[in-house]
Amino acid sequence: MKEKQTARVISQKEIAPMIFDMWIETGLAAQALPGQFICVYTKDKSTLLPRPISICEVKEDKTALRIVYRVAGQGTKEFSTYEAGDAIDILGTLGNGFPVEKGNGKKVFLMGGGIGVPPILQLAKEMQAEKQILLGYRDGNLFLKEDMDAYGQVYVATEDGSCGTKGNVMDAIAANGIDADVIFACGPMPMLRAIKKYAEEKGIDAYISLEEHMACGVGACLGCVVKTKEVDHHSHVHNARICTDGPVFEAKEVEI
Amino acid sequence: MNMQTTLAGVTFQNPVMTASGTFGSGMEYAEFVDLNKLGAVVTKGVANVPWPGNPTPRVAEVYGGMLNAIGLQNPGIDVFMERDIPFLKQYDTKIIVNVCGKSVEDYVEVVERLGEEPAVSMLEINVSCPNVKEGAIAFGQKADALYHITQEIKKKAKQPIIMKLSPNVTDITEMARAAEAAGADALSLINTLTGMKIDIHKRKFAIANKTGGMSGPAIKPIAVRMVYQTARAVQIPIIGMGGIANAEDAIEFLLAGASAISVGAMNFVNPYCTMEIVQGIADYMEQYHIENLRDLIGAVNE
Repeated sequence: MKEKQTARVISQKEIAPMIFDMWIETGLAAQALPGQFICVYTKDKSTLLPRPISICEVKEDKTALRIVYRVAGQGTKEFSTYEAGDAIDILGTLGNGFPVEKGNGKKVFLMGGGIGVPPILQLAKEMQAEKQILLGYRDGNLFLKEDMDAYGQVYVATEDGSCGTKGNVMDAIAANGIDADVIFACGPMPMLRAIKKYAEEKGIDAYISLEEHMACGVGACLGCVVKTKEVDHHSHVHNARICTDGPVFEAKEVEI
Repeated sequence: MNMQTTLAGVTFQNPVMTASGTFGSGMEYAEFVDLNKLGAVVTKGVANVPWPGNPTPRVAEVYGGMLNAIGLQNPGIDVFMERDIPFLKQYDTKIIVNVCGKSVEDYVEVVERLGEEPAVSMLEINVSCPNVKEGAIAFGQKADALYHITQEIKKKAKQPIIMKLSPNVTDITEMARAAEAAGADALSLINTLTGMKIDIHKRKFAIANKTGGMSGPAIKPIAVRMVYQTARAVQIPIIGMGGIANAEDAIEFLLAGASAISVGAMNFVNPYCTMEIVQGIADYMEQYHIENLRDLIGAVNE
């Protein structure tokens, strides 16, 4: 059940330049799935629309959610000032999340690029598989890498070559000579396009998490659509809603 | 206390409605809102055939509001009649269907189909969407074009028709008078104000369509003014909207002359907004010992 509520910040710290790590105490944790997201609202009423932010981790006792986000504008800048005990307005949990069962028992790539890294953590925690976790960063600020180490073999790529393979996560696949039966990924559009192409060439399934500017977050406004191969079930026009039909889609189903 | 309001012979249990395009057909918000407690659900615009809408990005935030250029993505009247109407019929609220088209014939086709469905109480004719290239706004910015389409639709409509007016005109009362003269049963206003936002770092338009319709609390004073002017220019009832965020805002529109109000962009910010407004209007009526909501309509002191 989706709900908008005022929750409490448990803790917050900056874990890399402009990348913030916040734990939020909320009952919504009980229903949170890897790959789902929450909408966070500002207190500044000049900025009205919610910021969709992926769920990075769910506390073991299901009482708290962790979000890791980049300060990209006015809204996220405000969130970054919140301290333990502060109120935070959230709506969740939203979207369908990753189909974890499609990876269980298989050899998988779990791939995160940039601010697409965070949702990969809870996915890695929940999936029972031979996990090869590929993380792409701009530089040597390898946020969440240590958290991931506990759940699989981690391969790093950095754009500046300061750690791991120089380049992106696709370069890391090639450099390490690894392969997989199925891919789960979140990251920037060029990375997701490369994964879609790679999966098609290899004849394997890939599940990718998309993002788009959103207004409602619940499927009503039709702001955040992606072109799909088949007609979508809502408007019957090959435009699926990222917030409710996604954000995770089978790569071959979307035209990106 | 009587919160009922009547427009063109249709009585609503309270004056709180949902602005077209911000509430789907109610399905997505039924988790948050008891649809039985709304005056009416005004649906997303529906055309004779499915419309794919505009490229993304379709929405952007601006100071105190938002821009959108969805482009009226909708499944067309067939799916709408099979899926959305049966869904809404489960609830004890009135159904107002927003109708869009590219030509007079398109509109009339949808209006005739909806005439078969007695559960639909009124039709809202969208002649004011700023985000589609053909139809819609082309009928809503010239008084003679508005007169013509209103007259053609009125000939075929089984339900009372509400003409939804654009604020992107020199004189909204001229448009209101043209619609009234052509037989419109009610008016709704305002649709969004055409706006633009540019990302200075990427030197790109924030919205793929370049322009988008602005909504949200920042446009409210313009909307209140237009409702007030229009209410003094025509005899037919008005549904007022534009930036309504709470009961105080809603009451402003009623005092300015609206017989009902719609909540739009604020559904995205506070999905419980409509319910809070129904309660807030009731509290206001109690505070000021107002027995009938109709006594508030147009009751601003001159």
